[in-house]
Amino acid sequence: MNRFATLIDRLAYEPRRNAKLILLRDYFASTHDTERGYALAALTGSLSFKNAKPALIRTLVSARTDPVLFGLSYDFIGDLSETAALIWPAAARPHDDVPEHPSLSTVVETLATLGKAELPNRLAAWLDALDETGRWALLKLITGGLRIGVSARLAKTAIAALGPHAPDAIEDVWHGVSPPYRELFAWAEGRGPRPEHSDPAPFRPVMLAHAIEDSDFDTLDAKDFVAEWKWDGIRVQAVSAADEDGRIVTRLYSRTGDDISNAFPDLAEALAGINAAIDGELLIIRDGAVQDFNTLQKRLNRTAVTAKMVQDFPAAIRAYDLLFADGRDWREAPFGERRARLNQIVREHGSARLELSPLVPFGTWDELRAARRDPAALGADAKAIEGVMLKRADSAYLPGRPKGYWYKWKRDPFTVDAVLMYAQRGHGKRSSFYSDYTFGVWRTGPHGDELVPVGKAYFGFTDAELRQIDAFVRRNTTNRFGPVREVTHTPDEGLVFEVAFEGLSRSTRHKSGLAMRFPRIARLRWDKPPREADRIDALETLADGAAMRLAVPSETDERIIE
Amino acid sequence: MRAYRASIPAGKAYLWGMRPTDLLKVLPEGLYCPSADVFIDPVRPVARALITHGHSDHARAGHGAVLATPETLAIMSVRYGANFAGSTQAVGYGESVTLGDTKFRFVPAGHVLGSAQILVEAGPLRIVVSGDYKRAADPTCAAFEVVPCDVFVTEATFGLPVFRHPPLSDEVQKLLHSLAQFPQQTHLIGAYALGKAQRLMALIRQAGYEKPIYIHGALENLTRLYQAHGIDLGEIRKISPGDGALAGEIVICPPSAIQDRWTRRFADPITAFASGWMRIRARARQRGVELPLVVSDHADWDDLCRTIQETGAHEIWVTHGAEDALVHWCHVQGLRAQPLHMVGYGDEGEAEPPLAQESGLL
Ligand SMILES: [Zn+2]
Ligand SMILES: [Zn+2]
Repeated sequence: MNRFATLIDRLAYEPRRNAKLILLRDYFASTHDTERGYALAALTGSLSFKNAKPALIRTLVSARTDPVLFGLSYDFIGDLSETAALIWPAAARPHDDVPEHPSLSTVVETLATLGKAELPNRLAAWLDALDETGRWALLKLITGGLRIGVSARLAKTAIAALGPHAPDAIEDVWHGVSPPYRELFAWAEGRGPRPEHSDPAPFRPVMLAHAIEDSDFDTLDAKDFVAEWKWDGIRVQAVSAADEDGRIVTRLYSRTGDDISNAFPDLAEALAGINAAIDGELLIIRDGAVQDFNTLQKRLNRTAVTAKMVQDFPAAIRAYDLLFADGRDWREAPFGERRARLNQIVREHGSARLELSPLVPFGTWDELRAARRDPAALGADAKAIEGVMLKRADSAYLPGRPKGYWYKWKRDPFTVDAVLMYAQRGHGKRSSFYSDYTFGVWRTGPHGDELVPVGKAYFGFTDAELRQIDAFVRRNTTNRFGPVREVTHTPDEGLVFEVAFEGLSRSTRHKSGLAMRFPRIARLRWDKPPREADRIDALETLADGAAMRLAVPSETDERIIE
Repeated sequence: MRAYRASIPAGKAYLWGMRPTDLLKVLPEGLYCPSADVFIDPVRPVARALITHGHSDHARAGHGAVLATPETLAIMSVRYGANFAGSTQAVGYGESVTLGDTKFRFVPAGHVLGSAQILVEAGPLRIVVSGDYKRAADPTCAAFEVVPCDVFVTEATFGLPVFRHPPLSDEVQKLLHSLAQFPQQTHLIGAYALGKAQRLMALIRQAGYEKPIYIHGALENLTRLYQAHGIDLGEIRKISPGDGALAGEIVICPPSAIQDRWTRRFADPITAFASGWMRIRARARQRGVELPLVVSDHADWDDLCRTIQETGAHEIWVTHGAEDALVHWCHVQGLRAQPLHMVGYGDEGEAEPPLAQESGLL
């Protein structure tokens, strides 16, 4: 447990992806089999512990500490697991009776069989044996609070770094292996055979698109491409097949390979028996109309799936592509062939929950440009469309983000002129720069016009622009709060940003009542006095009128994924 | 800002009639001994001051006469210039001075070079003003000595039971391990200029690290002073423009510099910070620290409690820090205890500037 604790403690503070990778790789390379296997399971979210609830931790700590001191400490720290880990007093015992540190394997294997009644004593004994970091890691692990900024994909990339295989190859076998992953490590280190899929419905790494640049249209020939709508839902992979005993297994995966079937049992049931692996977009489709992302978000926000929710927010898939069917891997086939077979499968299945995503007809780039501008003219559900996808008609389905095959051509973003109000230091390479910006727009306040914050952005600018903004922040600081600086923002003095964003919706969690999706700095408007920045009314109209979406991992939100 | 309290509620009457609150009073300037007409660590200029140690919240410039250990006087003159006070008098460890009918003795506090507790004696009544102190090992200063007393005046910087400082060797190993794992990156460590920085250097040397340690210019004078006092810190180099990116090297700088533009010269620096506050994850994160090193020059909770017990004091006055928890603990132990609510201390050594409640911004 101690080495695992040290690892996640270090990972939790480390902002750099590459450094995380090195920390993970070194840990996996220097830790013995069972232990590293459970560590991998913990990092990829493949472990869960039913009985360890925060209330139990509270009870255990209360039994050992003065309640006033516990209360003051909890107030000071604000996190139960961390408070418990730090305040936990060692039980009095003779010096030669030092308890042995539990290994991660011991913890995982013991908890798998331990009865609920035995848990408190066992947990207390472990807490006695561990140091502060070990206790913190243990409590975070068993209460499911292990959020340390490591994606499943990053963990698998670290496994790949142990030997000759690519991360996608690890991904390919991932769903056929299970904790503690002995055969996976053996293969990854070049010591054993490739683990065979025992899972009839494995995840296959998805193919991703590049954003198209204006200059690409000069070199790409419209005749080589087909286009389809890019729906604003959740990119999923639906897989259903029978196992050796003829039992049908159906799974829904996110694009990073997380199994999300439990959140959509209605959809999984409707897809049972398709006997294929399909790439598509999960959407809420009510009375034949695709609902906007905000509506999908309402279903995503619930933890428990109720019958009412299933009825109110019926989930369906618009299918884009075919990866596996008829006992064969279709990924090598050209898009046109895959699409034709996909069409048949969807038709034969005959469920309203599975539709073929229509192609967008076009002959020239200009025709496609027109279609993208006005999807409704082609009968599409315009408010759930975030642009078009271009796919080379002859391209195979290639995992990752290969260049030259698929392009996304998103709808133009919305923009607003907003005033910089606060700046915060960045992390890692940017830690000496004020690189995270809170910006606001004007509204009428009790004492006249005032700025209200409407969003935060930390990219979109060039390195040169970052240096300019950083210098501006330092010269125009009006107040400091730790790592945050308040920056001059009067009608006449301040810095105006042109902020681009993907959507806007009403939100009670924000001071302005609005939540902005995927904001970034499009331009610095040194020429514009703050008084000429936009007013909140314009944004409110947009939020209420247009079809709006809210931040959840989509293909564009890279940073949320990793 | 909380107002100081001008009086300490009456303690029990002592044998010869003097109460502790007669011997020491809390005034706006700091703790005051009327019978000797002297303040201890006053926060405003006064005619005569006893100074426990050189941290800037305890040792200020502009007093008439200053009595302190020779090391503390040397630190003050490095920081404030030779004319930091009208006159100075050095009082070594174990020595006493008598002012009026009150005797003051300086005893090592183990906090930083020259740091002292001050034993105030009037007849049979003994009050120990401990200043800032720690019990953990420190190769750069004399170790804390327990002085039996009636009233113990203590700080409570880390006065919550969540603060138990880990073994120092673990923290130094964390640093050395990271250097081995990330040899292309500069390891930039924020550490307070007086005490922490030099102690860290000494600890790194104890762990067997022999390469030069680089320092920010702001640390130079105090570090040279430590070396002049015979403390072996190995090769310490002030950074010069020709040093380049210092990949794989250790650089120590004041905390205010760890995120300064100054850091851009280094090779993708890993930001470390040596402080007892690094125990708290949110604190480390707020400061953008990637490698928190829990190294403190203050007593942790266990040592605060242990020290109170070992002094045998039956009355405890808590000067600054997390007073509530420590006062509560004293009451549970059956000890009389008071927070003094003294304003102006929050050690440069380890106090934290207030941080914005981020949620208030958006
Ligand atoms: Zn101090
Ligand atoms: Zn202090």
